[in-house]
Amino acid sequence: MRIGIPKEIEEGEKRVALTPEVATQLQKLGFTVAIESKAGEAASFDDEQYRQVGVEIIEDPRELWTGSDIIMKVRPPKEHPELGFYGVELLKEHQTLISFLYPAQNPEMLKELSDRGVTALAMDSVPRISRAQKMDALSSMANIAGYRAVVEAAQHFGRFFTGQITAAGKVPPAKVLVIGAGVAGLAAIGAASSMGAIVRAFDTRPEVKEQVESLNAEFLMLTFEKEGDEEEDGSGQGGYAKTMSPEFIKAEMDLFAVQAAEVDIIITTALIPGRPAPELITERMVANMKPGSVIVDLAAENGGNCKLTEANKVVVKHGVTLIGYTNLPSRLAAQASQLYATNLRHLLTDLCPDKNGVIDVNMEDEVIRGATVVNSGEISWPPPAPRITVAPKEDIGIKAKKALQKAAPKPAHPLAFLIPLVVCGLVLYGLGTVAPPAFIGHLSVFVLSCFIGYMVIWGVSHSLHTPLMSVTNAISSIIVIGALIQISSDSPLVVALSTLAVFITSINIVGGFAVTQRMLRMFSK
Amino acid sequence: MNAGVITVSYIGAGALFILALNGLSHQESARRGNLYGMLGMGLALLVTVVGLVTANQVFLIGGLVAGGAIGWVLAQRVEMTQMPELVAILHSFVGLGAVFVGYANALEHSVGISGVEKTIHDVETYIGILIGALTFSGSVAAYLKLSGKIGGKPLQLPGRHWFNLGLLIAAIWLGGQYVEQSAAGAGIGVLIVMTLIALTFGVHMVVAIGGADMPVVVSMLNSYSGWAAAAMGFMLGNDLLIVVGALVGSSGAILSYIMCKAMNRKFINVIMGGFGTPKSSGGAAGPAGDVGDVKPIEAQEAADLLLNAKEVMILPGYGMAVAQAQHIVFEITKKLRDKGVNVRFGIHPVAGRMPGHMNVLLAEAKVPYDIVYEMDEINEDFPNVDVSIVIGANDIVNPAAQDVPDSPIAGMPVLEPWNGKTTIVLKRGMSTGYAGVDNPLFYKDNTRMLFGDAKDSVDAVLKFLSA
Repeated sequence: MRIGIPKEIEEGEKRVALTPEVATQLQKLGFTVAIESKAGEAASFDDEQYRQVGVEIIEDPRELWTGSDIIMKVRPPKEHPELGFYGVELLKEHQTLISFLYPAQNPEMLKELSDRGVTALAMDSVPRISRAQKMDALSSMANIAGYRAVVEAAQHFGRFFTGQITAAGKVPPAKVLVIGAGVAGLAAIGAASSMGAIVRAFDTRPEVKEQVESLNAEFLMLTFEKEGDEEEDGSGQGGYAKTMSPEFIKAEMDLFAVQAAEVDIIITTALIPGRPAPELITERMVANMKPGSVIVDLAAENGGNCKLTEANKVVVKHGVTLIGYTNLPSRLAAQASQLYATNLRHLLTDLCPDKNGVIDVNMEDEVIRGATVVNSGEISWPPPAPRITVAPKEDIGIKAKKALQKAAPKPAHPLAFLIPLVVCGLVLYGLGTVAPPAFIGHLSVFVLSCFIGYMVIWGVSHSLHTPLMSVTNAISSIIVIGALIQISSDSPLVVALSTLAVFITSINIVGGFAVTQRMLRMFSK
Repeated sequence: MNAGVITVSYIGAGALFILALNGLSHQESARRGNLYGMLGMGLALLVTVVGLVTANQVFLIGGLVAGGAIGWVLAQRVEMTQMPELVAILHSFVGLGAVFVGYANALEHSVGISGVEKTIHDVETYIGILIGALTFSGSVAAYLKLSGKIGGKPLQLPGRHWFNLGLLIAAIWLGGQYVEQSAAGAGIGVLIVMTLIALTFGVHMVVAIGGADMPVVVSMLNSYSGWAAAAMGFMLGNDLLIVVGALVGSSGAILSYIMCKAMNRKFINVIMGGFGTPKSSGGAAGPAGDVGDVKPIEAQEAADLLLNAKEVMILPGYGMAVAQAQHIVFEITKKLRDKGVNVRFGIHPVAGRMPGHMNVLLAEAKVPYDIVYEMDEINEDFPNVDVSIVIGANDIVNPAAQDVPDSPIAGMPVLEPWNGKTTIVLKRGMSTGYAGVDNPLFYKDNTRMLFGDAKDSVDAVLKFLSA
């Protein structure tokens, strides 16, 4: 099948859905690949690079839309500003469109696609389960957005991120607050802390605390009283946060007010899919921030976590710079294109299990089912709720506790340790009354030797256990002495047995010591 | 030579043997320890030959020279991967030696003792032969198993516990019979029947034990060979044999204990038979994750990961020994260390087929022992590790041991590479380990699977590292 990649036509969009590297991998899957001329230019991939890996360069985008079996894009299709055509209108049956489609926001487009009998897969509808992570373009874009948010903040922030003691005086480190520790939030935390800033993070889902702390940031815990005394957990379905109770939100806002006065940079990433962004930073908080502070609002497209933010603009209000860029991934176009193209490639790998260049939209596959919004003209969006892949946490906890209780030994009686001593004592007493003194002498040697062995062996290094075995093996051949004592007997049978014993144990003595020596010689620093 | 000199020499030999074992506490002193052992053995042999042998020196010298020559050749020829087999077969020699010495002693019908002394002596002889025979046949079975001449799967006869119990009762009853008959100057027939029983028991015990439990079996047989020597010492009234037997016996017992602890298994359960019996595997035997969660990786990507890492941990298992990959693993280690990557090895106590097996293999590949760490030393370091490489290991890196309470390996201490940034698992396919438990590690987000023969995989990685 032929894959076509048109140039993105959205204003300011620099990404492209294919890189030369991914093109090679797609060809290995059996596809032929074509791309619109200059499609990759804004992301620093020129036509020549594509041509070198055998990608066909097409001048007219209409030819791509009509002549490709699979169209891959970044942004949802729209009216071409110069050539005046709408890509979807050129599509027909048996063609497949793979792109960000936002089916919830674009019902007309969905209908149009369905009327034309095409198949459409929305990259934003790939289910967020662990198996689908490799094709989760939302995550890879969010990762870039989080990183870029820090870079943008640094650009507009008048100081270092890292603290320094210089000859010209002390520089305090910047304090960064990241609200929302999703993929973008975590990327921002990582970038800011690796630049040396003091990073704090807040999220309604307590289970991300560990992830935040693993990036050397402080997790701000929200402690507040609530009826029922139950801690509120903000984990919603599919890894997103859900809307919280009013009490929670109040406590949260108090926390932000305190933090706003303290930190230099705030990066907000709070977005609940399909809803306007929650207002987290009020105008008063902004006014309370130190002059020169920066707010990067990653929710600007949906109204912003701060009402003062203006989408796609940088504004200064109350001395605070508010950055409202909506398409941060496009500002890191080469990286974003590479990751997005790789996500697409993974999706195609799943769509084309036989590697024969023919895709099979297998609606039994949970991931493909989720991504497919139109299947041969039939609207299949929204998909059924995803299977829960992680068992509820408490379950495992209870199981483990039960197992532990089962395993825990009953507390022993404080004098229980005496029982074996008493038993041993009685046995020895019994022996002592009947056994001859010579035997008792041997027995004492035996018991004491056992203790010496016990003490000595615990000191042996674990790494030398194999040599230990071979050397004890050689040493235990000391029974050769038993054979030697008896070899001078008059009985030929005894002599024969003893000779055999000498022969066998000699193998052992020489073999054991020699192999030990050989092994020990190999241990070197 | 008077008896005092002989006794004193034996004391000296005993002390040298203790020093020999003590020397093994550090790599630096280990070779000297081995020399002490040889000295002790030489001293004991010399004194005995000069002081106590009065006739048949030709046989003696012949046996010593022939046996010694064979031993020497064996020691020089053995591959380090075959060490478990060698140790097992050497154990069998000790057992067989004990049987011969015991029979020789029984045939001599030592005169001049009677009553309780005679009874004790007979019991000693009987027990000595019993342990010797059991060590012999058990070790031979272990040797056959380890060398792959018979299958590694546990052979579980129906009613095997009753069978064992029957053998035990028969052995005890025969013991009584022997003491009675021996008083009348006979009893060899009884001894032979008992020996056959002990031989059967030894074989049956070992074949019922699964492959993963072999480290326990090998160290247990090590222990038995010691007890056999001690029993011979009692029989002959020789303190040196008693001392050595006790040393070796407790050494093997401690090794068995360490191995059992490292697998979180009770010794008695190991002896009773293998893993994977239907009742023990419970509900945890199914796959631990969705096949789609497995993220394969190519050798080149693996090499890139390694080159970009600062801390690398290599976790070898028996699979590395099977594939003979240790030398190339060390080549990779050298390459990475030259580039400033801190490479360390983490060894699980039961990795391999006998205690300390991995250490010997790595030493053979010239891996410096100061970068080889025990599990307990490095488990806490994993959060700082950029890349862990698991080579031919499975159960010892299985998080189910910690997370799944009803898993057959629950509670077994394991290496924790999943706490590091990335784990690369070298594996032939998605099969389970000896315990028959699927490994959730393979499905973790930060795990990458490098499928293929371990040797081919490390070869390819090395190639890309050098490129």
